[in-house]
Amino acid sequence: MKHKKEGFGAPAYLFFILVTGITCVLCVCIGSVTIPIADTLLVIWNTIWNLPIPEGIAHSIIVSVRIPRAICVALVGASLALCGAAMQGLLRNPLADGSTLGVSSGAALGACIAITFGITIPWLPRGGAMFMAILFAFISLILVLSLAYNIDFSLSTNTIILIGVIFTMFMNSIIALVITFAGEKIRHIMFWTLGSLSGTNYTDAMLLTVSLVICGAILLSHARELNAFAIGEQNARHVGVNVGRIKIIIMVCVSILIGVSVSIGGTIAFVGLVIPHMTRMIVGPNHKRLLVTSLFFGAVFLMLADLVSRILLSPLELPIGVVTSFVGSIVFVYIFTKARRVQ
Amino acid sequence: MSVLDVRDVSVSYGSLSIIESISFSVEEYEWVMIVGPNGSGKSTTIHAITRGAPYTGTVCFEGRDISTYTSTDLAKQIGVLMQDHMVGYSFTVEEVVRLGRYAYSKGLFSAFSDEDEEKVRYALELTGMYAARDQSVLTLSGGELQRTFLAQLFAQDPKLLVLDEPTNHLDLVYQKQIFELIRDWIMRTGRCVISVVHDLSLAKYYGTRVLLLHKGKVVALGSPHEVLTKEYLNDIYMMDVYGWMNVMLSQWKD
Repeated sequence: MKHKKEGFGAPAYLFFILVTGITCVLCVCIGSVTIPIADTLLVIWNTIWNLPIPEGIAHSIIVSVRIPRAICVALVGASLALCGAAMQGLLRNPLADGSTLGVSSGAALGACIAITFGITIPWLPRGGAMFMAILFAFISLILVLSLAYNIDFSLSTNTIILIGVIFTMFMNSIIALVITFAGEKIRHIMFWTLGSLSGTNYTDAMLLTVSLVICGAILLSHARELNAFAIGEQNARHVGVNVGRIKIIIMVCVSILIGVSVSIGGTIAFVGLVIPHMTRMIVGPNHKRLLVTSLFFGAVFLMLADLVSRILLSPLELPIGVVTSFVGSIVFVYIFTKARRVQ
Repeated sequence: MSVLDVRDVSVSYGSLSIIESISFSVEEYEWVMIVGPNGSGKSTTIHAITRGAPYTGTVCFEGRDISTYTSTDLAKQIGVLMQDHMVGYSFTVEEVVRLGRYAYSKGLFSAFSDEDEEKVRYALELTGMYAARDQSVLTLSGGELQRTFLAQLFAQDPKLLVLDEPTNHLDLVYQKQIFELIRDWIMRTGRCVISVVHDLSLAKYYGTRVLLLHKGKVVALGSPHEVLTKEYLNDIYMMDVYGWMNVMLSQWKD
């Protein structure tokens, strides 16, 4: 019997990278000032190789505004989609995601507390907010899940969603409370609750890259365990999965990715819900394919959402969270009704 | 040395005692049937010996306490088939069966070895699921789903099989099929089975030994003839079990 490959071959990866790259270039070209593709590519190429830039091209817009923003958007999209796919596998529930479980709101609360009360890490700009976001994401995840397990061990869709909604409201009420202490920092905080990636820079991109490379690699290497969880937690234990340890590893990775993403881009809802679901319809539920595909599709989806948020009311700009929530809510209702019909 | 040795195992939730100092052992080529009325602690006993419930006492597999095994090492020795499966997504039959080889995987991205592929194919063929291997498990009937998980168990290839009412809501054809498959499996070198059953006829026909439980305690342990007697059964089920069985069987005279 020939060996069956469960993962993807090189052509698929090439395709993913190509699509992501093209989307990225589009995002850099289009905006309040549209720059021809040839000029954009020339600037990118020359900047990478440190060559002189020809006169007359809006060089600074491309290099210091659009490129870092496009990269950050792509990385946040990839991180959130990967988290969603991992959570949905772990909890055997297609509606689980950082935003539906309230983990994103928890992370936002952590970041708000850090800013309001001036918690910082000496040599790392934004380090305090990031650390608190990760910590609060992890605590939220533990709280939500232990509550869910206590109420209903089989973790039915209804239980998870209900607890997630209630937890999100709880977190938002505390955020509102913290904001009253914020004083003049209030404008700075408001953006966390809406979600926006305007004004991101190369430091942000660097931090996102590091967290995605490390946590992403760990999550991808646990594809088999996630398959086992998606088939059933009891069954996972019986085939030899160290259920407790794997759960912790995945939850820590998810918390870090969500914490970093939220501390940079705020709560961008539904990316982790919509992308894994659509991906599953295309490549099937096997996590060896699902995780990688979600990663790339998440990047592409969020870049397109960012593009829409920039050009829809140009020169005005919508928060990106508004665009993802608009799409996400519709998909959420669709998945929910479908899941109910199956039950 | 016994394959499995259960000594004074008790399980309690808070002050509520579910099972109390249960002891028995399982030898090679044996099929131990655990029987008893509802609430007698059959499933709890099974949970305890598969590390699914906290217990006091000792459970040893081949002389070694099961709490000292790693998850993967234990999975190579003890396999479990439950009565219900709630698969969340449309995995294929083969993907579910391949998971049975999880305990044998090596390395970070764990490539499948030739032996793994062979075991999976053999398990699919043995259970008659080979033709349906690319089908989604969400489209299977209850019997086919149970056979899929039985195939996963055969691919896992443990020494001891633990079954929790494996044919509870399956029709007669599947019930017979699964019991025959398991009996053939025992005949392979040194395998053994523990199963919880409600149907006393199945226990009598397939069991090599029977463990009779009542209110969390062992009432009797021995061959089906010694344990499934009029006295024991009438006492525990509080009805004339033999009389009832005879009435049922008399319906089938030609």
